[in-house]
Amino acid sequence: MPDWEKSSTARVIPPARPRKLAKVPFVELADGRLQGVVSSGSDIERVYVSSVATGTYTFACSTNNNRPCGGARGSFCNHILALINEAVLQYGAGRVARYLRVEIADGEPDTQSITAGMSSTSPPHGDTRAAAPVFSRFLRHLAYLELAPTTAPLPEMQWFPPTRVVA
Amino acid sequence: MVPADQGGGVMRADLLAGTIAGLDEALAAVDAFDRVLVAGLLRPQPVQAASLTQLAHAVAGTPLASRVAEAAAKAAAGAASEDHFVALAAARTAVLGSVHDALMTQVAEAIGRPGREEIVTTGGGQQAANVLAAGRSWLSDLARRGWRGLDNDMVSGSAQVVSAMLPDPALRRLATLLDGFAAELAASCPGAAAERIPARRWADLWSRGMLLTLPGAAGPPVTGTVTGRLLPLGVDLQEHPTAAQAQVYAVFEPADGTVSRLVRASVAAPKPDTVVGAGVWQLLRPHMSLLAAVSQGRSMDLTDMPVTTEGDLIWSDDHARPGQPADPFATARVALPTAADAATTPLDRHPVRIAVPVFLEGYGARKDDDTLTFTVAGHPLAVDTDRIPDAGPLTPEAVAASVACIGLLRWDAGSFNVQPLAVETTVRKKAAAVHAGGWTGGTTDKDGVKAEKAATDATSVLQERAGRLLRK
Repeated sequence: MPDWEKSSTARVIPPARPRKLAKVPFVELADGRLQGVVSSGSDIERVYVSSVATGTYTFACSTNNNRPCGGARGSFCNHILALINEAVLQYGAGRVARYLRVEIADGEPDTQSITAGMSSTSPPHGDTRAAAPVFSRFLRHLAYLELAPTTAPLPEMQWFPPTRVVA
Repeated sequence: MVPADQGGGVMRADLLAGTIAGLDEALAAVDAFDRVLVAGLLRPQPVQAASLTQLAHAVAGTPLASRVAEAAAKAAAGAASEDHFVALAAARTAVLGSVHDALMTQVAEAIGRPGREEIVTTGGGQQAANVLAAGRSWLSDLARRGWRGLDNDMVSGSAQVVSAMLPDPALRRLATLLDGFAAELAASCPGAAAERIPARRWADLWSRGMLLTLPGAAGPPVTGTVTGRLLPLGVDLQEHPTAAQAQVYAVFEPADGTVSRLVRASVAAPKPDTVVGAGVWQLLRPHMSLLAAVSQGRSMDLTDMPVTTEGDLIWSDDHARPGQPADPFATARVALPTAADAATTPLDRHPVRIAVPVFLEGYGARKDDDTLTFTVAGHPLAVDTDRIPDAGPLTPEAVAASVACIGLLRWDAGSFNVQPLAVETTVRKKAAAVHAGGWTGGTTDKDGVKAEKAATDATSVLQERAGRLLRK
């Protein structure tokens, strides 16, 4: 194999794996958190902004209008559980576990062991200050759909070949 | 099988294995600078000073010499300004440009096709200076911190710059580059804990970004229009989490009977990172009718299609209509050997830009572990099957069982390889042609239909959410 460190096209990020987006339209591993947006089951206009911090597993969940989520008090609410589940689908369990720094005692990590590994430490409930920036990152993400395609060549994309290797 | 001594069309793989004088020294200067960026330039150590000097020496005989020498000295003292960083990026780019040129000379001898016309560039183009300056400032901070000094705050500083650039098509090249670059940096935070650093790659992206912040650096101008027949060879896909580009390689036969030439037609779009696989084709498909023609195996007739000096068609459906069926393998066997290659504009010359259409047959295929190697005229040529897009009928297995291949000859990390665009192979005991871009225009294949349906669902959820939540 060619030397990875001397390759101009070294693959750094495995591609996102396809998943259904209806329940959790947005999830990312960014800013030291697993964070994202979960659609409300009852109100189509409402979404929840949920996050779990790397290392401490400090969690937060609130609506986009900054109302606290009733379920996220002593432990992870259903929105956060859904977020973890979809993150594993999109990025693969290994990458999610590594990012959150969850130690899995034996075997390969999966949604269940990642969730259990964090819950067992009784993680603290954080404030919802992150909700606004996460929600605006979601809006920025959606705005990509509205940017015009171009038929002028982008030579810099030569640095970004696809890869068949999955996370 | 084509006899090995036939002129044109048969690749002299032996010529690709030859050594190039000065290549190792040039790459050593690049590697030295790349190590400087790993540690950063806030508090430069003597070893970094020596590396900077090594890069400056590599361009000592060029017009850049004095500016780069000054920049290297300032950077070694921990006092580099943005202009100094630009000078260092220019030096690294010039060295890799010379590597590109040497490799392309070797390629031209190996494939024996008509030569490439030299391009004389003219600067020009007005671009929004403020946002370019913001990009340059972010890149300068990156160089000071170094890859080992990366943290989330540092990386997220790019988001505003990218958001400001993306809507402006004139800034799309830099915006797309910075967006993909920042995503990789973010995924590798904190830099101090990263297992390994893709030093060549990130220094490439950094240097390229730096140069693109200079007004007039982006893009050769459209120099004319072409009228004639377009015979597709295959599709190359490139993507990062939030952008994708499809490039169709084709032989163009001018209606006036002049010599045919190799051209590319591109379509690119920013995308949410959850639009993947077939979703990418769905995103690009409506903007270039050529994608449908490719998957139907058709030629297209062009009338007054704009073209650049680099042989890039600036596609517009108004200037194209579907033509007769045209088998890419017939095009590769008959039309490709006499088509003139396009040259690359000087500022864009870098080994990563090498993507030369070739036709191979009569080779042997050998698989060790995960790597596939063709033996072409007795010489090994690595096959980059990782580049085959997932949303398509072509698979590494089909390539391993193939007897003929249309591909792109590329170079990376010290050696040439071939990226398969299409192969003639055996599928269920029958001879068949399989194309990497077979699903670009849509498909009736069972797996393909499933992938298309999943992608449609994902995109419609995002569009619904955007319609509800994005303030118009």
